Amino acid sequence: MEQANTEHSHGLHMDPQVEYSSSKLGMWLFLGTEIMLFGGLFAAYAIFRAKYPEMFLEQHQELNREMGAINTCILIFSSLTMAIAVSAIQKGKRMLSSILILVTIVCGLGFGVVKYFEYGAKFAHHIYPDTSIFFSLYFMMTGLHMLHVFVGLLILGVLMVLTWKGKFNEKYSTPVELGGLYWHLVDLIWIYLFPLLYLVG
Amino acid sequence: MSEHSHSEEHHVTSYTTYFIVWIVLMILTATTVYVSYLDFGTFNIVIAMVVASIKAAAVALFFMHLKFEDKITWLFAIFPLGLLALLMGMTILDTFTRITP
Repeated sequence: MEQANTEHSHGLHMDPQVEYSSSKLGMWLFLGTEIMLFGGLFAAYAIFRAKYPEMFLEQHQELNREMGAINTCILIFSSLTMAIAVSAIQKGKRMLSSILILVTIVCGLGFGVVKYFEYGAKFAHHIYPDTSIFFSLYFMMTGLHMLHVFVGLLILGVLMVLTWKGKFNEKYSTPVELGGLYWHLVDLIWIYLFPLLYLVG
Repeated sequence: MSEHSHSEEHHVTSYTTYFIVWIVLMILTATTVYVSYLDFGTFNIVIAMVVASIKAAAVALFFMHLKFEDKITWLFAIFPLGLLALLMGMTILDTFTRITP
């Protein structure tokens, strides 16, 4: 049993089960720090919204609700494809898994394209991060989120290539799972950003 | 030992479950967008946040497999939410209880 399990521990002489559990816990801990990173901005949002409700109500009308809704759908769909990609590699289906990661990447890029047009439209209307507190928060929160999308795309790109090359299988797929967790967190944060900025301002 | 716990840890969620969760998420998204066009006053934000939290819970429980994780992972997932509540609660309390000279 010992021998059978060392094959994917890459000679670290560590129990693969312990390695798997601790990797996952480490990832959750990191996701916790990410929540706190955005948490500061959410706190700022709550305070300024309570202080200047009229400004938030008036200025959020400038945002394109349809584009925000489209991006929400894109991101939720990409979460679905990533979740299935993880299940697929756990069943040993490398080809399906890497194709689904590719679909996830395409969705992430699509999200970026929509956001690019949104920012472009704001700049065309002479709305910049220093226009008002609301738009400071808008650009900061969506910008930081966008940065996370880009980092996620890099991670997914590496995972796709490695999955394609057959580095993962039904016995060892930890990196794909952890990459998936990160991507879902990016989706999770957007789930809150979308109503707060686009819908209820 | 290893093999037993290994198969136990790796709960593979079926594709069907993911599709159902996705459909629920899409319905909730449509709901929240629809509600935003109606005027419920202060309740708009309450509804939006409740819907967002249900969506977030669905993503965490199913897409992020939290439903099938052990207690320690749950602790790691819940703990930051407590810290977040502390961060937001304390900053809000501080800002709105200041006596301006």
